[in-house]
Amino acid sequence: MTTTTSAPAGLIPPSEDPWRGFIPGSWMATVDVHDFIVCNYSPYEGDAQFLCGPTDKTTRLWNTLERQYLAHERRLRVYDVDTTTPADIDAFGVGYISEDDDVVVGLQTDVPLKRAMMPNGGWRMVETAISEAGHEHDPRIKEIFTTYRKTHNDAVFDIYTPRVTAARSAHLITGLPDAYGRGRIIGDYRRVALYGVDALIVDKERMKDAVAGQDFSEDWARYREEHSEQIKALRALIRMGARYGFDIARPAADAREAVQWTYLAYLAAIKSQDGAAMSIGRLSAFLDVYIARDLAAGALTETQAQELIDALVIKLRIVRFLRTKAYDQIFSGDPYWATWTDAGLGADGRTMVTRTSLRLLQSLRNLGPAPEPNITILWDEALPETFKDLCAAISVQTSSIQYVSDEHVRDHWGDDAAIACCVSPMRTGKQMQFFGARMNIAKTLLYAINGGRDEMTGSQVVEGFDPICSDEPLDYEQVWAAFDAMLTWVAQTYVEALNIIHYSHDKYAYEAIEMALHDSEIVRTLGCGIAGLSIVADSLSAIKYATVTPVRDDTGLVVDFTTEGTFPVYGNDDDRADEIAQLVVSTVMDRIRALPRYRNAVPTQSVLTITSNVVYGRATGSFPSGHRKGTPFSPGANPENGMDTHGMVASMLSVAKLDYADALDGISLTNTIMPSSLGHTERERVRNLVGILDAGFGSGLFHANINVLNRATLEDAMADPESYPNLTVRVSGYAVNFVKLTREQQLDVLSRTFHSSSWGPP
Amino acid sequence: MSTLSALPVTDQSALAIEGFDAPEHRLAGTGLAGLAETTLPREKRLEAMRVGELGSIHSWELSTAVDGPGTRLVVFLAGCPLRCLYCQNPDTLRMRDGQAVSAEDLLALVRRYRPVLAATGGGLTLSGGEVLMQPVFAARILAGAQAMGVHTAIDTSGFLGTACTEEMLANTDLVLLDVKSGIESTYTRVTGRALGPTLDFGRRVVAAGVELWIRFVLVPELTDAAENVEPVAAYAATLSTVTRVEVLPFHQMGRDKWATLGRPYALGDTSPPAPELTERVREQFRAHGLVTH
Repeated sequence: MTTTTSAPAGLIPPSEDPWRGFIPGSWMATVDVHDFIVCNYSPYEGDAQFLCGPTDKTTRLWNTLERQYLAHERRLRVYDVDTTTPADIDAFGVGYISEDDDVVVGLQTDVPLKRAMMPNGGWRMVETAISEAGHEHDPRIKEIFTTYRKTHNDAVFDIYTPRVTAARSAHLITGLPDAYGRGRIIGDYRRVALYGVDALIVDKERMKDAVAGQDFSEDWARYREEHSEQIKALRALIRMGARYGFDIARPAADAREAVQWTYLAYLAAIKSQDGAAMSIGRLSAFLDVYIARDLAAGALTETQAQELIDALVIKLRIVRFLRTKAYDQIFSGDPYWATWTDAGLGADGRTMVTRTSLRLLQSLRNLGPAPEPNITILWDEALPETFKDLCAAISVQTSSIQYVSDEHVRDHWGDDAAIACCVSPMRTGKQMQFFGARMNIAKTLLYAINGGRDEMTGSQVVEGFDPICSDEPLDYEQVWAAFDAMLTWVAQTYVEALNIIHYSHDKYAYEAIEMALHDSEIVRTLGCGIAGLSIVADSLSAIKYATVTPVRDDTGLVVDFTTEGTFPVYGNDDDRADEIAQLVVSTVMDRIRALPRYRNAVPTQSVLTITSNVVYGRATGSFPSGHRKGTPFSPGANPENGMDTHGMVASMLSVAKLDYADALDGISLTNTIMPSSLGHTERERVRNLVGILDAGFGSGLFHANINVLNRATLEDAMADPESYPNLTVRVSGYAVNFVKLTREQQLDVLSRTFHSSSWGPP
Repeated sequence: MSTLSALPVTDQSALAIEGFDAPEHRLAGTGLAGLAETTLPREKRLEAMRVGELGSIHSWELSTAVDGPGTRLVVFLAGCPLRCLYCQNPDTLRMRDGQAVSAEDLLALVRRYRPVLAATGGGLTLSGGEVLMQPVFAARILAGAQAMGVHTAIDTSGFLGTACTEEMLANTDLVLLDVKSGIESTYTRVTGRALGPTLDFGRRVVAAGVELWIRFVLVPELTDAAENVEPVAAYAATLSTVTRVEVLPFHQMGRDKWATLGRPYALGDTSPPAPELTERVREQFRAHGLVTH
């Protein structure tokens, strides 16, 4: 791009300069949305009085969607599938919820909620999903993707090693993105609005040819090929926009276009990729600049501004991907993580809260609560008090938002970072993740004790490790050494699998449009994860502080434990137990850091389970902590269900002790507190929740997923789902419609700790 | 029932000292995470308790919105002179069932949570059991907490109110006074004790200028009669430092504890009050101009 005080020549719409009135900065010379925002946004510290209710159009649109589509989908599971058109950016014609009322247009297919095939990930998943949705697959499409076109899934299984296959079958490593899109890549969709697609193509062509004079290497060739793919995707995006009647080759000229352009860019991503998490990024301050300009010029009213945000939110509520029922076990409730990150502070100390941040929250009132977009507030004590109160009020009313520490995110990833999926922060447009699901470290502990034999089947899965044979009480030092050794093996196997997966994904299911909306030189992280932290911490604590004796079956396999005496339990702000949890997390990270990684990715770790805590639990045995065979793990970094007996804040303080530097991909805590335990009045509940969040994040907590719910409400919803279509529950870094969970998942949510303060000790 | 019930209710000093059974054992399912039990030999514990260096504690938790404003470090002391039929914490009735914790360690816990308590507008609440069963220990904790700038509250029946010194009251920012009945005979039926000391204590708190919350546990067919509620409300209305009244609906969360302890529980079949009943009682308090939740 050239340095000008207006948009590039030739892209300017006839009447108006799209950049009129904006404060100039380096954003005009290079693609730099962050600089544009810093130069132009207006922090908002006032109250919520200015907000508007839904327009008639909004209400009509939402009702149409609910009556004609969502109500049917809840009954059918899948509303419809297109079985003849492999998805792509420009694969379908236009589609509308209601042509008259759609303020922001664009659908993934031609009909709302109709799901598209994305066979580049693998044919078998597509075929299964079509069949489970009650449809027949098209044999011609099958022929293409099984005969002529190799898929990501094919490539992965061509490369997998025997130890990976063994660990995968034994559920030591689970949820790997080897048959579905990896996700957790956030295109900087704002770029399309600010610069227009033509300027982005020019930039990518320049970057592609910047290396043209260099010698051949495989990296060089991949760089050039990926740029070509990105440029083709950008051209397809222009075509897709044109079908809807927009010239998105040029920059957006007003707020309406800025919202529409940004959405079309995101739409291109969700039309061409079915990544597990397709997050939208950090839009509010950016869009607010356009809205503020139009409001000041009298070109837009507050009512229209709210209508625009509501319209965008409606679109983000109806993203759909074709998934199998087995996939639903890991990612329950049909989530897609259109995570919208908001608030936080800028590097200059100003709040990033704008009026549009409040408009986004208002959408939950105008449209009612819903799990998507996954609204994620970057919390800092220094956020405006009025905004903090509004967030807390919405949490108390709807449980629909989650909170992440702005300080951790800002310190590590800057003030334009967004959350992908549940808790994964990344610099927008400058960083992507190789998503890695997780390893089951609880099962790893049992493998350490059993010398690589599986506690459920008795079969020898891992060779070369001695079991602990003594029938004496377990010795902490001995168990720790065995655990560390087994953990090292599992980590090696796990990272090997991830390297294979991401090598194949880049090759056969490359996210061209998302990467086109990134810088050419980016940071890649390898997002490793763990499940079962609380079980390992409590079990090691039991071994250290109580007397734990193994119980063996007649083949010598340890299948249970007797634990005598008491022991400190993780989740009660007891340093003795919490230090063990810290040690486990830092040890896992050390083992991962030592391993070679695809594309030299920066190794990170998440302590997050999504909803796989149920399937992990089902595949795992009994523990010294008292955790029973086959029962769900607690979610993420949560203390064991029901074992955090010292109150919600104590539970937060324990989790806050885990060192974020060891888990840069996020540490997830999901808490449920009963409304009566937050206060007698609405005002008390709001102020007390604000206090709890300030206290938790002030103590170093990374994430707080807050439910304000009574158990009885959930029990009613299980008995009478029709009466609770919109009951939203936060499960683990995301929210779901409670009634869309499987019964087993619903029971899991019910078995979690409900923090109550019932005038007496627990 | 413990031997305490044989004591004349007026002999409160004897009661308090008789109640000083040093804790005997650790309970399963500890509620003392992060607090070390004292290593003092048993024979030295009693003396340490007399001078308030050692307390018998059932458990602690960080809870919100119930035992005072904000998020609070609530410390449940072990031992209670009352034997309320509806007690939801029967495991806190005997001092010897608690764990011996030093004042120094407990104050270290308060210090640890000072930032959290400040961030939430909360503080320390000494509850129980009956906090005034261990008045010297409690006074030491309240003084120490207040010296750190932590808001202090005690949750008490007031029955042992004479054990609370003026200095201790001065170190207390808020008293949660449980008035379990407004009629002498009902009070005695519910608690096994006399009502008078509670009423006297409330007046002393007012005289000392300390903020008061009045709490009334609503138990169907035990404390719910309008003529039982009315004198409580009338009494509360005479106390100028009362800022709120809390009507606490009876619940059955204590039932399992009674069963575990193997003690007879008279209210096993009692249901929580219907919302309409709770509202009626709250209205009775509101009719006296009291802010009631």
